[in-house]
Amino acid sequence: MTTGLRIAFLPLTDAAVLVAARERGFAEAEGIALDLVRTTSWATLRDRLVYGQVQAAHMLAPLAVAVTLGLSQQPAALAAPYKLNVNGNMLVMTCDFAAALEPDVAARLADPLGTAHDFAAAIGLWRRKPVIGVVHRFSSHAIMLRYWLASAGVDPDRDVVLRVLPPSLTVEAMRAGEIDGFIAGEPWGSAAVEAGLAEAVAIGERIWRRGVEKVLAFREAWAEENPDTVDCLLRALVRAAAWCDDPANHADLAGLLAAPAYVDQPADLIARALSGQIVARAGEAPIASPDFMLFAREATPFPWRSQALWIYSQLVRWGMVDHDPATVAKAGAVFRPDIFRRALADSDVPMPGASMKLEGAVGKPLAVGSRRGELTLGPDRFFDGRVFDPERIDEFLAGFTPPR
Amino acid sequence: MRIVIIDDSGLRATVLEEGLREAGYDDIHIVPPRGAFVARLERMAPDVVLMDLGSPSRDTLEEMLIVSRALAKPIAMFVDQSDDAMIGAAIDAGVSAYVVDGLRKERVKPVLELAVRRFNAFAKMQSELDEARTALSDRKIIDRAKSILMNQRSLSEQDAYALLRSAAMNQGKKIVEVAQALITASDLLGGGV
Repeated sequence: MTTGLRIAFLPLTDAAVLVAARERGFAEAEGIALDLVRTTSWATLRDRLVYGQVQAAHMLAPLAVAVTLGLSQQPAALAAPYKLNVNGNMLVMTCDFAAALEPDVAARLADPLGTAHDFAAAIGLWRRKPVIGVVHRFSSHAIMLRYWLASAGVDPDRDVVLRVLPPSLTVEAMRAGEIDGFIAGEPWGSAAVEAGLAEAVAIGERIWRRGVEKVLAFREAWAEENPDTVDCLLRALVRAAAWCDDPANHADLAGLLAAPAYVDQPADLIARALSGQIVARAGEAPIASPDFMLFAREATPFPWRSQALWIYSQLVRWGMVDHDPATVAKAGAVFRPDIFRRALADSDVPMPGASMKLEGAVGKPLAVGSRRGELTLGPDRFFDGRVFDPERIDEFLAGFTPPR
Repeated sequence: MRIVIIDDSGLRATVLEEGLREAGYDDIHIVPPRGAFVARLERMAPDVVLMDLGSPSRDTLEEMLIVSRALAKPIAMFVDQSDDAMIGAAIDAGVSAYVVDGLRKERVKPVLELAVRRFNAFAKMQSELDEARTALSDRKIIDRAKSILMNQRSLSEQDAYALLRSAAMNQGKKIVEVAQALITASDLLGGGV
């Protein structure tokens, strides 16, 4: 028997696992007829999910937390039992602005701390407060940008203007001079570089080596009423994710994503993020960033509760939500490792033994406790060396100056 | 009640505006979501904002609703969360509506219902237009295939059409598909008309 399932997505390279699940038969093999609904704004993706037009969505992890906490229009309890990817963002700035930064782009990207300080100095030289596009207030991109800027003493609410616009409008807005740069998921940064409008200034993978990005979000009630469908889908997605991670499939995957029904951008631009070959300045040789975007390896899909809580800590830090124990519990409960474990109990996917971990504590690949198979976690350091202990959020928050 | 329509499609906005005026609303403004549209909207201090659900500019609008100091009252999507049927109809029709806090739902509901009806009518009109366009181009393809047959096999127009139709029936295809195949084959063989 086949079950129909509608999933909303935005035209982004990191919708890859959903597209592969549909186009390469992984969903069908689990008895799921996947209908992918292309959406051009996060607001509409959220509404389609919250009001039940779709059963699941390719969602910014912080937005899933925010909707559950009632911070983004109609509150709704969401459940994220699966991470669609880790990493994949890039900050690009107009070439004039980037001229004030380290000219060697490989060195610039490799040293986010130095670049943050150069960026802080460049703000004063710029003709106005730099206007930086972010895809949503509750996006990993905005949170990462704030984290990075603040490390160099830049107040993201005072010293720059953050302008919200969806990824597909970023390149046009740069062309029109409405923004001086933006941080977005691929292929939009690469598209701006390729058009000669911008240069890469920072890549997500260097700010947080394993940064939480998109999740698969359900309405919690729906997920609980339909456990079999959820489990089938998750099994299909882990297979699709392994397929997406395999370099042998990158050209095929880039071709699939390039279709008008999905990302609708040239396949060679899309391939850059998949293969980790990032062109930081138009016409230059690509810079190898093998961890630019992860789908399967290192148990990428596993929804660590500690990552939901890291997101929460950043929402508190920037005054978007008040810190209290009830809210901590609610935010942490958005990520559902219990569902992931149930769905993949009989599979060969390496399963972490714990549901929380220290975030930012792994410097070198580390073998960890796993219920099955071998599991090695990749380095997950933050560029500033901080470690997030989900049991000690207060201390973590107090460590930021000025505490906010 | 001041109503602002944010819309890329000038035609849909006009269709909606006309409907609202006929229903007696007269404080209506249309703002295309380009450039500094958010600042314009802020100055207008609307009571209701109607926007296409498919517009990529919704995230920009929602951000403004959160951070604006100029708007005296908060604006949220859909006034009455208990009215599931209404919300469902609005989302199906592709309408998103933002309403100032404190506006009574009896006052907003007719506006929303009207927007849903007009959006649906517009979508129907557009799909009919698309169908008409497709029909027109199908017609042209079939005509070209007919003239190839008429020239190469000295058939009358009626017989050429009958031949296309029977080939389509035999192969379980549409006439236009058979016609297209014939044109392609004829082009490849250098026998184009």
